[in-house]
Amino acid sequence: MTKPELLVTPGSVSEMNRQIEAGADAFVLGEQRYGLRLAGEFGRMQIQEAVTLAHAYGKKVYVAVNAIFHNKIADELDEYVQFVKESGADAIVFGDPAVLMAVRASAPDFPLHWSPETIATNWYTANYWGKRGSVRAVLARELSMDAIIETKENAEVAIEVQVHGMTCMFQSKRPLLGHYFEYMGKKMEIKKRQGAQNMLLHDEERSNKYPIYEDENGTHIMSPNDMCIIDELQEMIEAGIDSFKIDGVLQTEDYRVSVTKLYRKAIDLCVENPDQYEDEKEELLEEAEALQQDHRPLDTGFFFKETVY
Amino acid sequence: MAALKNGSISTIVDGKRVIVKKPELLAPAGTLEKLKIAVRYGADAVYIGGQEYSLRSNAGNFTFDDMKEGVAFARRYGAKVYVTTNIFAHNENIDGLEEYLRGLGEVGIAGIIVADPLIIETCRRVAPNVEVHLSTQQSLSNWRAVQYWKEEGLDRVVLARETTGEEMRLMKEKVDIEIETFVHGAMCIAYSGRCVLSNHMTARDSNRGGCCQSCRWDYNLVEMEDGEEMALTTEGDSPFAMSPKDLRLLQSIPGLVELGIDSLKIEGRMKSIHYIATVVSVYRKVIDAYCADPENFTIQPEWLEELEKCANRPAAPAFFEGTPGADEQLFGVHGKKASHDFTGLVVDYDKDTQIVTLQQRNFFRPGDTVEFFGPDMDAFTQVVGTVVDEDGNELDAARHPLQIVQFKVDHPVSKDDMMRKGL
Repeated sequence: MTKPELLVTPGSVSEMNRQIEAGADAFVLGEQRYGLRLAGEFGRMQIQEAVTLAHAYGKKVYVAVNAIFHNKIADELDEYVQFVKESGADAIVFGDPAVLMAVRASAPDFPLHWSPETIATNWYTANYWGKRGSVRAVLARELSMDAIIETKENAEVAIEVQVHGMTCMFQSKRPLLGHYFEYMGKKMEIKKRQGAQNMLLHDEERSNKYPIYEDENGTHIMSPNDMCIIDELQEMIEAGIDSFKIDGVLQTEDYRVSVTKLYRKAIDLCVENPDQYEDEKEELLEEAEALQQDHRPLDTGFFFKETVY
Repeated sequence: MAALKNGSISTIVDGKRVIVKKPELLAPAGTLEKLKIAVRYGADAVYIGGQEYSLRSNAGNFTFDDMKEGVAFARRYGAKVYVTTNIFAHNENIDGLEEYLRGLGEVGIAGIIVADPLIIETCRRVAPNVEVHLSTQQSLSNWRAVQYWKEEGLDRVVLARETTGEEMRLMKEKVDIEIETFVHGAMCIAYSGRCVLSNHMTARDSNRGGCCQSCRWDYNLVEMEDGEEMALTTEGDSPFAMSPKDLRLLQSIPGLVELGIDSLKIEGRMKSIHYIATVVSVYRKVIDAYCADPENFTIQPEWLEELEKCANRPAAPAFFEGTPGADEQLFGVHGKKASHDFTGLVVDYDKDTQIVTLQQRNFFRPGDTVEFFGPDMDAFTQVVGTVVDEDGNELDAARHPLQIVQFKVDHPVSKDDMMRKGL
């Protein structure tokens, strides 16, 4: 069995040193102007540093260019993807076909990862983007384990699956927090809370709390729980899933590094010593649980949950 | 159709500018009855949902036989039928897709509205005679992505609801492809396709038709400070909500026509025939009036009043002029009552006796002042006189939905005209 890549989202270049030590194989990073829901802000200089650092340790860097673009920024994409290529980064993560057009024009054959989040839901479409230059599909978080395995079996591109962290439930272009404060006559609050990441929507009926924040890309609402399937990796490893992602958006650096360590251990055990993984996986789950804040329980996302329509 | 450069959408006739490139007015039709009403009231095209692969799992939805009948009816009025096939498919939806699309290819529809490349490519292969239009679910909001879909051979793209008029202008200038955009109705507040609130809150897949509109529910905004939770609202504040006002671009129709937009779309496959008749006929009038004489065109106040008669929510122009403000959202309000009730559908009229036969749709009684309107007549008000049932029995009120009743009217009416009552 080959080991899947362990992909993490660093908050800074200095965190990357800790993440490499903790066992990360690859990084997704970028800047808010072009990328969605990142754990940290990496301007061009930081991207350059990140690539140099990662490559010195044989690790990879994927640059997030996965926003939903309007004309203004769509016109900057040629220049930006050229920069990414010249930085020596290993791939561009995209959702909007405008990025594909820019890569064709300005950085031909540069590897693309197709990551439109909620809408990457079947193997055929993963292969469709594969035929157009994408070497990897990042699957929607709303798929079941069975659907993920079936997708891998039929995929002509590498498959990346999120295994830990929060997921995005909603993105609006409107500044919804600002609008609410304005509606309440509290315009002062808008400035005061610019960039704040500690607000939650409380859904009393479901006793859930959804993180909500605003940035250049609009308003984002996140899942109430952190998914964690550290104890359910075997089937996906056996199926040959290529990359396991830990999404660390809205988490602390210490949290992210600790989770990376746990998954490093889990993946290594599962591949090298499956019996020992069986014995220790419950313990790994307990260690992950110990890292959680009270209001953010762990769950298994949609891996084992049926949705109807 | 080729994109027309600015200016060539119009020509000069007898010294007067007239619009020659009239945009299509595209209306929703959740059922065969709604399709017929939409076409009768002036839609150039309708969009419907089939039994599968469409995003309104509760919308009534057409069988292939219904579609054939709908297509035949629409053809008599020169109207087209499109079928929404805009789910994001999961692996389990692949089986049966070819057969379904082949079926669509055989019923005479003009095109399908699609989001998932799986469905685009499969349609190409098994139903090449069907036009493929990209759904708003792809959140298409820049010209380079429009260029991408053009190169992929799509016939038309539906833009994201977040696109401004200026952005549309650049798309039209840069890419020669038909553009369709929403002008009226309820809108997602999230980027379409990028919202899975329903999946999380009710285990219903929003991108396969299961959306439960949890964005319109109430939430409390709180803040975490050192592990402590603090409310950001005080007693008496309306809770946080993500409920947008409905879109209404009636006043921007001239701008949309001048941009050369190809199709103007009304939302609402779940809406009533009264809603469809009212909205379609108003937009029909506005488009026709503007195109006939753009220089002397003004928005008539009665058009806006007419839309209020069926409005479910307050309305706003959303993104057309730029990012909407706080006043385009609803807090502590869950809609509004339309100014009028739909009280009856005309099924027959006797010229000699001036007796109208109506199917009752809402309570009314003798003495009520009602209004009749229809596709081929000027609206008029009427005081209801003696009302009788099918057997000639006099009624103190028309109480029963779908009950057939009759009374005398002052002006001629015809089948499919509607009667409404102010509230």
